[in-house]
Amino acid sequence: MLLTRGWTLGSVWKPDCMKPTNSLRPGLFVRMIQKPAALVSMLLLLAICAAALLLPLFIGTDPHATSAQTFLAPSFDHPFGTDLNGRDLLARTLEGARISLLVGCTGAAVSLVIGTSVGLLAGYIGGGVDAFLMRTVDVLYAVPRLILIILAGFLIDPWLQQNLASFQGGRWVGYSKIAILILALGCIEWLTMARIVRGQVLSLKTLPFVDAARVLGQSHFQILLKHLLPNLSGVIVVYLTLTVPAVVLDESFLSFLGLGVQAPQASWGTLLSDGATSLNPVRSHWWLLLFPAAAMSLTLLALNFLGDALRDSLAE
Amino acid sequence: MFGFIARRLAALIGVLLCVFTLTFFLIRMAPGGPFARERKLPPAIEQQLLAKYRLNGSLWQQYSEYLGDVLKGDLRLSTKYRDRSVRELLAQSFPVSALLGGAAFVLATTLGIWLGSLAAMRHQTLPDVLAMLAALALISIPTFVAGPLLVLVFALHLGWLPVGGWHSPLSLLLPALTLAGPAVAAIARLTRTSLLETLQAPFLRTARAKGLSENRVVYIHALKVALLPVVSYLGPLAAHLLTGSIVVESIFNLPGTGSFFVNAILNRDVFLLGGVVLLYCLLLMGMNLLVDVAYTWLDPRIRLEA
Repeated sequence: MLLTRGWTLGSVWKPDCMKPTNSLRPGLFVRMIQKPAALVSMLLLLAICAAALLLPLFIGTDPHATSAQTFLAPSFDHPFGTDLNGRDLLARTLEGARISLLVGCTGAAVSLVIGTSVGLLAGYIGGGVDAFLMRTVDVLYAVPRLILIILAGFLIDPWLQQNLASFQGGRWVGYSKIAILILALGCIEWLTMARIVRGQVLSLKTLPFVDAARVLGQSHFQILLKHLLPNLSGVIVVYLTLTVPAVVLDESFLSFLGLGVQAPQASWGTLLSDGATSLNPVRSHWWLLLFPAAAMSLTLLALNFLGDALRDSLAE
Repeated sequence: MFGFIARRLAALIGVLLCVFTLTFFLIRMAPGGPFARERKLPPAIEQQLLAKYRLNGSLWQQYSEYLGDVLKGDLRLSTKYRDRSVRELLAQSFPVSALLGGAAFVLATTLGIWLGSLAAMRHQTLPDVLAMLAALALISIPTFVAGPLLVLVFALHLGWLPVGGWHSPLSLLLPALTLAGPAVAAIARLTRTSLLETLQAPFLRTARAKGLSENRVVYIHALKVALLPVVSYLGPLAAHLLTGSIVVESIFNLPGTGSFFVNAILNRDVFLLGGVVLLYCLLLMGMNLLVDVAYTWLDPRIRLEA
């Protein structure tokens, strides 16, 4: 599961400047919402985000409040039922959505920054720098990702604890596990992004417009930021959409193993782990597994659909 | 060809050394040690233990001695499973993981290629849409949800298959299915994309013009070339599946290597971690080499350059 997923960019990516028609960007949104699958995914994602952020204000149930009503089946009062400690599962699932999506989006953002910078530098400078960076990527690919993520977490841990304890009176210490997850996942998930970006830069930098910019006296830095990066935005956005579900999945996997988000905070992974252990032939509390699983799978499905549709729209 | 293989083997040794070094230093630099317990050991005893496992001295000394031992074929003793050597632990658990992983690999490859080529042949029809929807759903459902669900349905409610354990070939089926799920999806998607592109190639028009049946055109002529990207995905996949998965092993209660990857880190079991990482890395590199050789067979236009 923690393998580089089988995403490829389909046919060979053509940057905008290589295409016969120019300025594809304005029509992109229109083309996207014309695809039913893409439209449904976007609406679903919006609905999930809105529910995660706004619904708790309306139902007003504390996801951490315990009660004597344990293992209640779904009913009007508790639409998703209650868990071992009598906590409302709907409130818990929504908290899980907030944490999982937060880790997914910020983790993907961290990986975006690292992957794009490494890919840009390797592709543009070339030579020894390129060889060094790409061999580093090769080596990191050869270590099982799970090991790297857990070890990165352990190494970041003491440093982060120290900083959080002295920052704003230690108010954020409870969130250190989440911050570690974000950093560790972001620091590991950039490999594929770096490879893709480098490949694009290699073909882009031989094009006349880069020479033209050089002749006009632009610095290397300006060329990277103003000329190459905008041409890469398409491929980066597509891959980013596919990295978010990968990070969400990894987070839930680590939380499932007990290495991620710690109780009483909930993420989809911890909820699923609770749900999976409560399945037994005598009395199975199916709702504990079903609702978090449905919420997470639907979100991942929508994100993957969106990534696919974006890729197809940009390749058209 | 032999020049190519020799060169790849040299690169393999380089990567292997880097990975080995990286894991050793990462695990030794992580807070906590192999003998850190909730009740702190008296310093003298801890020193004795560290000396016994040759983990005393500077990091560099520990590393170079360990590397020397590994080169001589000695993977040392596990620090957690006392008095058992890493080699013995791997020899006991790897066959289980390899058998399960092998079954999952065969399952994933056949199902994935079949699903993908079906979708490509019926491009933009209902079977295509359904197959790709199924593939995305398989990617989106994590193994730790799929596993318990399969157990619930097929073992507990229907009672057709055993819940877990390692008794009969039947007990292999559910874990293999769980393990193969996401891989089936990835292979199906890769096959479809690549076959769709290949189907427009001129050499297929020639094949059709010769009067070959459509099935022969697709399954013999087109698929062989279209499988190239799939094959390069199969290399890492095989290494990944054969070394086992902690989720599947814990759900189905199997004595495989997958759990060592996580437990060795949690126990700071330096040498066990080194052993499993070396095993994984060797498999990965070996499979990648195999993939490169398979390329020339699948597409005669490709030449391996030394």
